[in-house]
Amino acid sequence: MKAAVIVFPGSNCDRDLKVALAQSMGREPEMVWHGNSELPDTDLIAIPGGFSYGDYLRSGAMAANSPIMREVVKRAEGGTPVLAICNGFQVATETGMLPGALLRNAGQKFVCRDVDLQIAAQNERFVGGFEQGEVVRFPVAHHDGNFYADEDKLNELESEGQIAFRYVTPEGEQTAEANPNGSLNNIAGIYNKAGNVLGLMPHPERLISKELGGTDGKRFFDHLVNSIG
Amino acid sequence: MKARVYVSLKNGVLDPQGKAISHSLQGLGFDKVLDVRQGKTIDLDLADMDRESAEAEVEKMCQQLLANTVIENYSIELLD
Repeated sequence: MKAAVIVFPGSNCDRDLKVALAQSMGREPEMVWHGNSELPDTDLIAIPGGFSYGDYLRSGAMAANSPIMREVVKRAEGGTPVLAICNGFQVATETGMLPGALLRNAGQKFVCRDVDLQIAAQNERFVGGFEQGEVVRFPVAHHDGNFYADEDKLNELESEGQIAFRYVTPEGEQTAEANPNGSLNNIAGIYNKAGNVLGLMPHPERLISKELGGTDGKRFFDHLVNSIG
Repeated sequence: MKARVYVSLKNGVLDPQGKAISHSLQGLGFDKVLDVRQGKTIDLDLADMDRESAEAEVEKMCQQLLANTVIENYSIELLD
């Protein structure tokens, strides 16, 4: 399996993502600079977290218009799996690959802590390694993670099974207290309609070994790599 | 030719920064403040062109980059 990690000026989780993918794949992903207009032949495109272009104008807005993203959008339309984490999720919504938008956190503060997440919909490729309804733990670290979509779009996401992860209590209850940023319906991650693009605010790449405090992220990447093959 | 673009959050979209400003103003005693919405203005300095082309050009800029129409409204003002 081959993977490509897109790197923007201001990305800061690109190396973590590389380490997580390399650990599960047994080989290193290719790091692709945002200014390139060509993407190598790849089975997975990963868009990392960080503060691309300093979050100028809106988080992800500049990165969404960089040369490499035109190619990423084309590949995604062709069915290539795309994993968009944190700032990558913001970039993916700005390109229109994923619906909705990520607003400033409702509490105004940057939130940096582990959160409990429920696997809200089954998607064999991305979360087939978990049970539907299972609660996993990944960290969040963001200022603009407050998921918003208008009412029609939100209803469509719900009815089409496009909600990937929700913020919940460790027992799996969807409460306001478990929601770190005010996201509508406690949404932490979504799929596109075709199910090949996953965007999520939490960082699975940050919990890939016991020494880092947990291995739910490793389970996520191990399964993803296995299922893509 | 100069153009000014106003970008604001759509009605119904939560504006935590506007809310914080509103609380601060009320804390300072401005008790007539009922609500605050924060937006931004973007000033563009454009090469000479007729008003119609300028308007069309800035409209495209808003659609492609300056505003995210999922959450934001924009308006364009041409200044001489």
